[in-house]
Amino acid sequence: MEHYISLFVKAVFIENMALAFFLGMCTFLAISKKIQTAIGLGIAVIVVQAITVPINNLIYVYLLKEGALAWAGYPMVDLSFLGLLSYIGVIAAMVQILEMVLDKYVPSLYNALGVFLPLITVNCAIMGASLFMVERDYQFGESVVYGIGAGVGWALAIAALAGIREKLKYSDVPKGLQGLGITFMTVGLMSLGFMSFSGVSL
Amino acid sequence: MSSIKEVLTQPLLTNNPIAVQILGVCSALAVTTSLSVTLVMCVALTAVTACSNFAIALIRHHIPGNIRIIVQMTIIASLVIVVDQILKAYAYDVSKSLSVFVGLIITNCIVMGRAEAFAMKNPPGLSFLDGIGNGLGYSVVLIFVAVIRELLGSGSLLGVEILTLVTNGGWYYSNGLLLLPPSAFFLIGLFIWLSRTLIPTQVEKPDFVISPNTETSGAH
Repeated sequence: MEHYISLFVKAVFIENMALAFFLGMCTFLAISKKIQTAIGLGIAVIVVQAITVPINNLIYVYLLKEGALAWAGYPMVDLSFLGLLSYIGVIAAMVQILEMVLDKYVPSLYNALGVFLPLITVNCAIMGASLFMVERDYQFGESVVYGIGAGVGWALAIAALAGIREKLKYSDVPKGLQGLGITFMTVGLMSLGFMSFSGVSL
Repeated sequence: MSSIKEVLTQPLLTNNPIAVQILGVCSALAVTTSLSVTLVMCVALTAVTACSNFAIALIRHHIPGNIRIIVQMTIIASLVIVVDQILKAYAYDVSKSLSVFVGLIITNCIVMGRAEAFAMKNPPGLSFLDGIGNGLGYSVVLIFVAVIRELLGSGSLLGVEILTLVTNGGWYYSNGLLLLPPSAFFLIGLFIWLSRTLIPTQVEKPDFVISPNTETSGAH
């Protein structure tokens, strides 16, 4: 249990997807003007991460890994080069299914998430979490915790940035830095702040 | 002829994918601590963008509208697998230090964005050049950031020592901040500032204009 808690804390704070690995930056910068929408997107990312990372873990362990097809009678087969293609396929399919399920059973959440759901397919934080999971050889249980943790970390970062940007609207920014430029600087400072976690070892 | 030249040179500064279109920022920040790794990443991304633009433009009339994203994804993912395998075979060290970022070319918005915005509407030849142009635009920003980070952060370029470090008996105290992740944000922010000062039309309109201070006396 302790192991899972420390993995979760590590995924949320120390290895924050957005501020330590710069994943999902495009959406991070584009959709952080309002706190409301930022939180909606954050929740969508948590849900998708929590589903896709464990599924990709199962696919990797039982289908793609070297010797993984032993149960089917092909112990020599190594399909790991197909990894990228299958992970992105799983992510695209999961997002599509999630969209349909939400539309049918939880229309209120579906309307709240709106256009953000399809956008998540091309969010590198999702793909990145799956790739890190493979690179670090997580077990199934660990991959569930890691997926949720990575999602929560990303959501936390985008909500915080949106809060700062809402206040920043009223400040007098130099002309050339207006908009995107000052956002980059802000994220840089936030990332410096999150670096203070990096000394924590769990 | 003019359109070919435009497609190639526009993305370099006036319509830069990173600074103006806000595409593909993720990898721009993460792989720029050393110049050699950055160059490999630039070549890989330019190749993938150009080839995927070409392939998608070839079949653009045959892709049904509602599944086009999946079709584009499949083409891009296959190209990235090829790049990944080539890197693993011929440049294993670089491939190790790029770690997951080669795979993340798939979700790099430059590739998807150009496929969607340009290759779906234009002939293959022109799309290929557009891919190269945007790849070069991406490379300009990355190389700018990487040169500063490696030169000031570790005193070398491409691994060759240029500013002799104090630890090696020289005079230069290396600036550790530039090797840390946040410096990339500051450098790209400065790059945006630079490009907007050169081309004032890129400046974004502020949401609120602060009215000038009318009370000049007694402001203390």
